[in-house]
Amino acid sequence: MSSLAVGKAESAAGTTPGTVQNRPPLRRRIALIPTVTLLFGALYCLLPVAWVVIAATKSGSELFSTFTFLPGTGFADNFSDLSAYRDGVYWQWMGNSALYAGLGALLSTCVSAFSGYALAIYRFRGRETIFNVLLAGVLMPPVILAIPQYLLLAKADLTDSYLGVLLPQILSPYGVYLSRIYAAAAVPGDVVEAGRMDGASEWRIFTRVSLPMMVPGMVTVFLFQFVAIWNNFLLPYIMLSDDEKFPITLGLFTLLEQGANTPALYTLVITGAFLAVIPLVVLFLVIQRFWSLDLLSGAVKS
Amino acid sequence: MPNTKRRRLFVRSAATSVAVALGATALAACGSEDASEDPSGPVSLTYWTWTPGMDKVVDLWNKGQGKKDQITVTVKKQASGDTLVTKILTAHKAGKAPDLVQAEYQALPTLVSNDAVADIASEVGDAKDKFAEGVWQQTTLGTDAVYAVPQDIGPMMFYYRADLFKQYGLKVPATWEEFAETARALKKKAPDKDLTTFSANDSGLFAGLAQQAGAKWWTTSGDKWKVGIDDAASQKVAGFWGDLVKEGAIDNQPMYTPAWNKALNTGKQIAWVSAVWAPGTLTTAAPDTKGKWAMAPLPQWSDSENVTGSWGGSSTAVTTDSKNKAAAAKFAAWLNTDGDALNALAKESGIYPASTSAQLSGAFTTPPDYFSNQPDFYTKAAEIAETTAPSAWGPNVNVAYTTFKDAFGKAAKDKSDFAAALQTMQDDTVADLEKQGFEVSE
Repeated sequence: MSSLAVGKAESAAGTTPGTVQNRPPLRRRIALIPTVTLLFGALYCLLPVAWVVIAATKSGSELFSTFTFLPGTGFADNFSDLSAYRDGVYWQWMGNSALYAGLGALLSTCVSAFSGYALAIYRFRGRETIFNVLLAGVLMPPVILAIPQYLLLAKADLTDSYLGVLLPQILSPYGVYLSRIYAAAAVPGDVVEAGRMDGASEWRIFTRVSLPMMVPGMVTVFLFQFVAIWNNFLLPYIMLSDDEKFPITLGLFTLLEQGANTPALYTLVITGAFLAVIPLVVLFLVIQRFWSLDLLSGAVKS
Repeated sequence: MPNTKRRRLFVRSAATSVAVALGATALAACGSEDASEDPSGPVSLTYWTWTPGMDKVVDLWNKGQGKKDQITVTVKKQASGDTLVTKILTAHKAGKAPDLVQAEYQALPTLVSNDAVADIASEVGDAKDKFAEGVWQQTTLGTDAVYAVPQDIGPMMFYYRADLFKQYGLKVPATWEEFAETARALKKKAPDKDLTTFSANDSGLFAGLAQQAGAKWWTTSGDKWKVGIDDAASQKVAGFWGDLVKEGAIDNQPMYTPAWNKALNTGKQIAWVSAVWAPGTLTTAAPDTKGKWAMAPLPQWSDSENVTGSWGGSSTAVTTDSKNKAAAAKFAAWLNTDGDALNALAKESGIYPASTSAQLSGAFTTPPDYFSNQPDFYTKAAEIAETTAPSAWGPNVNVAYTTFKDAFGKAAKDKSDFAAALQTMQDDTVADLEKQGFEVSE
């Protein structure tokens, strides 16, 4: 981290160091109840995932007839059927989802970082009001905004376009909220002050001093937004009518709901759902290390 | 079925009053002048549909008659169901609905009362004789207007495992009474098996059964709506199934679940009250039992009757947002009446056509693959289709359907009173109609 930070290290932000005193020496023993609870929780979360993974390997005739957790023989066929469905529209959906979630989360993280930092560091009139409005925004489920957003964007003629899905998801109240909390905790006022003393511009302080300290928080915001957009259903559902622009959630839904007189394409939907989870898992595994790394380290000693 | 009696009970008297009761529609009905404008120059239309393979059928149009008429249609594939109605209405609010939409029959009154679909009587009125009267009536709502062209229908039928019926010495039930006895007889012979299940997760099934019994859920008198969901016919149907569930003669688990698929595939459930599209569902649900099923007419409420309900089916409608209504109507008529188009629809999309002439031609001269053991499948189906009872849909079918799923789902699970669930459905539907500003008579 930058050398500026080291200068006024000692006068840390208000809190006294956490006192760890007189704790009875704890032996490393397994607490039975919490462990069992956690194991149960893990099982509860992982079982459906295991189901999807295994069901994706089953062929149509095996899907509902063989034992649930017995792997099937049809994964390769499912995969090629899915890829062949309507000339590979599935991969188009995958690409769309990657675009919506990747670009959307990136832009959303930028906006959140700017606004969160501004709300945390600068004092200005109306700051609390803005923050309170944001808080209300956090409590508002994005689902109920989808239709108003559609009607607004229809006025701008942006429905059924990539922008129509991207724009509403760039501003995330939760992202701004998280950024503000994180910036307030991770960027000490003293460091910003020191930067000003040394004659750095506000922009330079933000990009060179504060932003690096905010990285772990921003990674969190990025991940949250990525997952939220990747899984989002209603907004693209209302906004898009051309299935070449559909994200994966919507595409799989159309595979499932084809009207009563056509068999639901269960094997394709399950295989599609399984493949759609992989990018999220990979993303988590890759980004995880940026995530936990700096949570405890900081510019000033506290 | 040689002694096909045509039971056609139409709500002729309601003809004009529906238009009044639909409120906004009365005005919309006058809007057909702009529909008859001649399109000058090339026209391009968008079409929301969930039918798989529709793009290939539309290609026929774009390369054939569409090219001649300079009308190009683009398919935008959607997911089926009530959610699509909401999506169309939202788009309509912004003035951005596509030119053509696929709509289930029961959704038409909702679309009409929101002024989302246009009256195309002057363009497609001639197509009337291509369809059974009961089918056509669903697109006119009993008025002089025509709000859509029928595409596919879902006459209800009784499907059963022919081999297992034989094994257990069961007779195919001709009446609902016999149906109940068959269920009990099976329970006696094989306690771990069920004749079928009562499922509350698709409201269309119950609606179709009530329709068969003569229920009229939505009717109009003067400018008021009358909701008859808890009428005598529906009560009879609800009571019948409720009793079977309560005494444990049939299962109470929902259909379309993996467990249900398994029950059909392994012969734990040996019959299914369904519609003409069942072969498609059975193909994925019970692949191992192919060739072991047979189809029969739906059981009747009395020996002298011969009537069925409908479950599913949809139509092609032109929206009021369309700037080329005449062109759109022309396409809708072609799609659902032209021989080549219907052949392609049957082949590419597997639909059962509403057009009577198509029901026995082309793809329907041979039985569906799954029913290769029943060569006269489609001949029988066409006979059954003719006996379809008229339907009476209203402007908030979606609300009634949602309440049905909740109330009956719970009643089936708890094996409790179905009559109470029916009452809830009635009350909620009336309350919603009133909330929407419709006049409702008691």
